[in-house]
Amino acid sequence: MIVTKDLTHKWFTLFAEKVIQEKEQLSEYDRIIGDGDHGMNMARGAQQLITLWQAVPPVHLSDVFKQAAMKWISGVGGASGPLYGTAFLEMAKAVGAKEELSNDELVTAVKAGFEGIKKRGKSDIGQKTMLDLWAPAVQDLEKDELTMATLQTALTKTNELKATKGRASFLGDRSINEVDPGAASSKLFFEALIEAGEFGGN
Amino acid sequence: MMKKIINQPDQVLADMLKGYKLVHDDVFYLEETHVITRSHFTSKKVGIISGGGSGHEPAHAGFVGEGMLDAAVCGHVFTSPTPDQVLSAIQVADQGAGVFLVIKNYSGDCMNFDMAKELAELEGIPVDFVIVNDDVAVFDSSYTEGRRGVAGTILVHKIVGAAAENGASLEEIKKLAESVVAHLASVGVAIKPSIVPEVGKPGFELEEDEMEFGIGIHGEPGYSREKIKPSREIAEELIHKIEVETKWTTDQTLAVLINGMGATPLMEQYIFAHDCLTILQEKGYTVQFKKVGNYMTAIDMAGVSLTLLQLEDEKWLDYLTQSTLAPAW
Repeated sequence: MIVTKDLTHKWFTLFAEKVIQEKEQLSEYDRIIGDGDHGMNMARGAQQLITLWQAVPPVHLSDVFKQAAMKWISGVGGASGPLYGTAFLEMAKAVGAKEELSNDELVTAVKAGFEGIKKRGKSDIGQKTMLDLWAPAVQDLEKDELTMATLQTALTKTNELKATKGRASFLGDRSINEVDPGAASSKLFFEALIEAGEFGGN
Repeated sequence: MMKKIINQPDQVLADMLKGYKLVHDDVFYLEETHVITRSHFTSKKVGIISGGGSGHEPAHAGFVGEGMLDAAVCGHVFTSPTPDQVLSAIQVADQGAGVFLVIKNYSGDCMNFDMAKELAELEGIPVDFVIVNDDVAVFDSSYTEGRRGVAGTILVHKIVGAAAENGASLEEIKKLAESVVAHLASVGVAIKPSIVPEVGKPGFELEEDEMEFGIGIHGEPGYSREKIKPSREIAEELIHKIEVETKWTTDQTLAVLINGMGATPLMEQYIFAHDCLTILQEKGYTVQFKKVGNYMTAIDMAGVSLTLLQLEDEKWLDYLTQSTLAPAW
C-alpha cells in the first residue's frame, strides 16, 4: 500500500472520530481496571485535533503525525497523552520530509511509534498494554495487510493477560479477563487505518 | 446520583482555580496552563514544584507559599498535568538555582514530568526530581508499577520547601528528598468511594457495612476488604501494616500525619488520631511531630490515611516546624 498525506489525514481523522464516539466505553473499561478517565482524556485530544484540522488542514505528510503528537502531548494528560504523543512524534521523525510512504516505510514508521511507547512507558509486550495491540498490527503490516480479525484476536488475547504495568497492575489477578483501555483505544487507531487504507482483501 | 456544588462538570478545574486566586490574592494563576505560583519569588533559591491531577485539594495549590512550594501544576481531575503545563511552572519557578520537582509515583505523572524536565533542560534550566512512593499497601517489586505516592508527599513538600528557603542547593535538595522518601510510609482506608464530576458515578463499589484497607487516593484497590470496624482497630491494622512492610523497630522517633480523604469529618479524624497516637506510644515510639486534617484528599472519598516518617536526621524536625505562609499547611 502507498501511504499519502491524504490517506494519513483520513486515518487520523477517523481515529479521532472513533475516540470521541467510543469515549464512554473507553472510560468504562478504565473505570473497571484503572481510574475511569481514558475516554475523556483521549476525546479531549481528539476534539482538539479535529478542531485544528477544520481550521487548517495538514499540509505535509509529517504534519499529520506531528500535529496529532502535539495535541496528544498537550491536550490529553494522564499516561495516554505522553504514550500516544510519543508514538506519533516518533512516527513523524521516521517519516521525515517524505510525502509518500511505501509499505516498508509505513512499517518503519509504525515500528518507530511502537518503540516510542516502549521507551516512554518502560514497558514491553505481554504486560496488558497498548503494545499488545501494536505488535500484532506491525506483524500484519509487514505482510502488507491488516485485518479486523487480527485486531480482534489481539484484543481478546490482551484481555486474558494480567496487567503488570500502569494503574491496572495494582489489581494483579483481578485485571485478568478485563479489557485494557489503552489496548482498546489502540484497536480504534488501527481500525481507522484499515478504513482509511486500501489493503488487499479489505 | 451525583450531587455536587458545581456549574459545569467539565469546568471544575478552571472554576476552582479562579476561586482559589480570588481568595488567596498573594498567588498568581497562569490560566493557560493551570499553574498556581507565588507572587514573590526568592532570588537564587531552588524552585520547588509539585503537582498532579486535581481532586486532592488542598494539594497541591494550597501548599504554594513561602517556606513550601513555588508553584503547583494542576491537572484535570485525577489526571496528570501535561508536559507544557509543567514546563510553564518550571519557567516561572526558576530563579537561577534550578528547579526541583516533587512527583508522586504514577505512570502518568512520571512520564509527563519527565518530558517537561527534558524540555526545560533544552532551555538550559537545571531540573532534578524525587518520586514519592510512600503507600505501603502496594507490593513493591520490579514486576509491578511499585508503590503509589500518597499523603506523605505533603511532608516531603514541607521539608524540601524549608530546606530550599534556607538556601540548600539543587543537589542537596535531591539528596534530602531521596532520604526523606526512603524513611516515609503511608497507608489508607476507605469507607465510601469518591465520584469524579465528569464521570458522575463512584469509582468503585463498597457495601454499606464495608471498608477497604490500602485504598489509593484515586480509589485504586487496596489489600483487604472487611466489615467496618471501630477506629481503634483500624488504627491497629494501619500501624501493623506499616510495621510489617517497613520492618521498623519501635525505638524510632516519628513524625505522624493523619490525613482525611475528603468526606471524613475532623471529629472522626481526631478520634482516629487519638487511637493512632496512643497505640504508637504504647508500642514505645517517640512522636515528635503530629498533624491532623485534610491534606491529600480523594475528592469526596470517606476515609483516612496514616503517614509515618522516621525522623532520621534531627534537621528534618526543624524543617517541619519552620514557619511557612502556605495556606493549607
